Amino acid sequence: MTAQPLVQGPRQLADLLFRDVHVLDPRAGIDARHDVRVRAGEIAELGSPGTLNEDSAASEGEEVVEGHGRRRLLPAFFDPHVHLRTPGQEHKEDLETGTRAAAAGGFAGVIAMPNTDPVLDSAPLLRSLRDAAAREARVPVGFLGAITRGLEGEQLTEMAELREQGALGFTDDGRPVQSAGMLRKAFQYQRLCGGVLALHEEDPTLSRDGAMHEGAVSAALGIAGIPTVSESTMVARDAALAAYEGARVHFQHLSCVASVDTVAQAKACGCMVSAEATPHHLLLTEEDVRSMDTRMKMNPPLATEVDRQALIEGLRAGTIDCVASDHAPHAREEKEVPFEQAPMGTTGLETAFAALYTGLVLTGTLELGLLVERMTAGAGLFELPIARIAVGEPANLTLIDLDAEWVAGERGWESRSENCCFTGRTLKGRVLFTVAAGGIAFRERAFSVVT
Amino acid sequence: MNHLLSIEDLDRAGIERIVERARSFAEVSDREIKKVPALRGRMVLNLFYEASTRTRSSFELAAKRLSADVVNFAASGSSVEKGESLKDTVLTLSAHKPDAIVLRTPWAGAAELVSRWCSAAIVNAGDGKHEHPTQALLDVYTLHERLGGIDGASIWIVGDVTHSRVARSNIIAFQRMGARVTVAGPPTLIPRGIESLGCDVRYTLDELSSADVVYALRMQRERMSETWVPSLREYAAQYQINGHRLGSRQTLMHPGPVNRGVELSGEVVDSPQALITAQVEAGVVVRMAVLYELLAGAREPRPVPEPQLA
Repeated sequence: MTAQPLVQGPRQLADLLFRDVHVLDPRAGIDARHDVRVRAGEIAELGSPGTLNEDSAASEGEEVVEGHGRRRLLPAFFDPHVHLRTPGQEHKEDLETGTRAAAAGGFAGVIAMPNTDPVLDSAPLLRSLRDAAAREARVPVGFLGAITRGLEGEQLTEMAELREQGALGFTDDGRPVQSAGMLRKAFQYQRLCGGVLALHEEDPTLSRDGAMHEGAVSAALGIAGIPTVSESTMVARDAALAAYEGARVHFQHLSCVASVDTVAQAKACGCMVSAEATPHHLLLTEEDVRSMDTRMKMNPPLATEVDRQALIEGLRAGTIDCVASDHAPHAREEKEVPFEQAPMGTTGLETAFAALYTGLVLTGTLELGLLVERMTAGAGLFELPIARIAVGEPANLTLIDLDAEWVAGERGWESRSENCCFTGRTLKGRVLFTVAAGGIAFRERAFSVVT
Repeated sequence: MNHLLSIEDLDRAGIERIVERARSFAEVSDREIKKVPALRGRMVLNLFYEASTRTRSSFELAAKRLSADVVNFAASGSSVEKGESLKDTVLTLSAHKPDAIVLRTPWAGAAELVSRWCSAAIVNAGDGKHEHPTQALLDVYTLHERLGGIDGASIWIVGDVTHSRVARSNIIAFQRMGARVTVAGPPTLIPRGIESLGCDVRYTLDELSSADVVYALRMQRERMSETWVPSLREYAAQYQINGHRLGSRQTLMHPGPVNRGVELSGEVVDSPQALITAQVEAGVVVRMAVLYELLAGAREPRPVPEPQLA
């Protein structure tokens, strides 16, 4: 690969002093109060609270951020699955608004999906998109190219050239690669070009015109259901194919117990598979669809409590490697229609951490350190460095007030769209400040800092 | 009651109240002048996104017998075909200040959605495959008139349950009125999870003789092209209600229109056990009762709900 995989807009490398923050970085083995100095966008010093003072020579021109001993400084999160809707659907989101939403959620890196209009399936398109990101992106953005031209499942894209232009890998996300033979060719071709093949698993002959999970709620609502086997049979098929071809595969947005089991088995057999789960599948179920709120309509659909528990257990055990938001913005008028007519997808970047912290950590289901681990691990799956809080590392940091309570959507969104499934819920944990690749990417408006 | 969006909006007492009122309106239908001035000056708007002759005309007749003004708005040949959204159509028609909107759409939940967009009372006249609450009310009414009540009765709903809003509303309504409900039909047309509504599920008619009431659903011909069942012939062989299957003490119902020779044989349609025309008759008086319930009496103007995302 010749091009740098991640691109971002112009930024000023920050000089910052985080004073008395509670640093938590499970990979670096830190869980204690510290002063942290960032110099020209790099973590320059770590010291006990009160040891890094602002009148030393090093402090010239730096901004001081107060932690009061309780605000958490975490390695910034990484989201390997977002839809930035550019090009072609800028009325839903664009590179600037999408990466602003990412920064507001504590993310210092995202990977954008290629199901845009036109589809990101050629090198010239990737080049122009990267040029746009180099002007507009608030946090580093990586791109996946399409596996098949136009996502039509019939012809491979020029994967090698896309890789040379910086594609992190390939996906037909939004759709499955329905033909096993076609996917097998992509697996084989991966030996030439590398990159991760990320798979949206769905058998369209089973999902048909389904609009929600098939089960008690769909039966009661008279809405066509999508059976979980639509996903799990394809996960099983593609895990077997990947094993046969020795391919490196990443399963996107797992939603049911059978898929988690299959991934666990594949991993046990030594296959190079990884998997992600979304905050909404980890926190919501088909019961949340009963009101026919179109914000609860996503693909794969919200399944049962049994499935949700299996996803949580998978995340804890490491079968599911990372959290991904599948941030899928849609315009208000597109979602303000009857449930069956609405497009699939929920936004998620701005609520991912707070929703999971509130729903899993505060309930005692998951350790905070493990959640941080899973919210940063996505970078590593795509052969990118994982954010770490250590001297000499580029500053990818997010400062969070775990005690701050807020109502999702109450003060609007940074995203251009507002179709967030957590809207109206009271969440704990507010992102105050995000540093991405050494530059200040976000600061909470109401958060006062001392300079 | 502000709206009738789902049969779930009514408890047993609420259903009984409507049945009772429908009974009093039935007496009006037998008069020479079939009209009462109860809703004079009120406007009822029929907004239909699906072809419907009987439900629409039944609502129209009901409104007219109560002296309300009726406006029919069919979605075909209108702004809807020019791409207007449901929301914009409803907002536009609301400018005429209807007191009630009777809404039929192919989309589940549409009636509830519309109730958030305007101040009129909304009557769900069918939302996709979700619900058809006035059908359930008229079926309960018809059974009450015929059997005196359905407490403890066994009711079998037979046929394509998956695509039937009538089945969903009736499962709920019949159970609420004390009946035990069994759904029976081809396994491909019984939705997974339907038993969560409290009904039993059967895939054959072997035990049909245990039913007091047999409620046959319409078998839609377009389902054939999607191979939900191998053929109408095989469907009829397995599930048709005919003279052999229907016992003499059993009551037969059907929401219409009937496919003679498919879900019902001609002989049972014409038999005295069939309540099919009684159901149609009941449709008018029950819908009168529903409109009366929603609109009669001095009412405060409804507040228009806060605009919000669906």
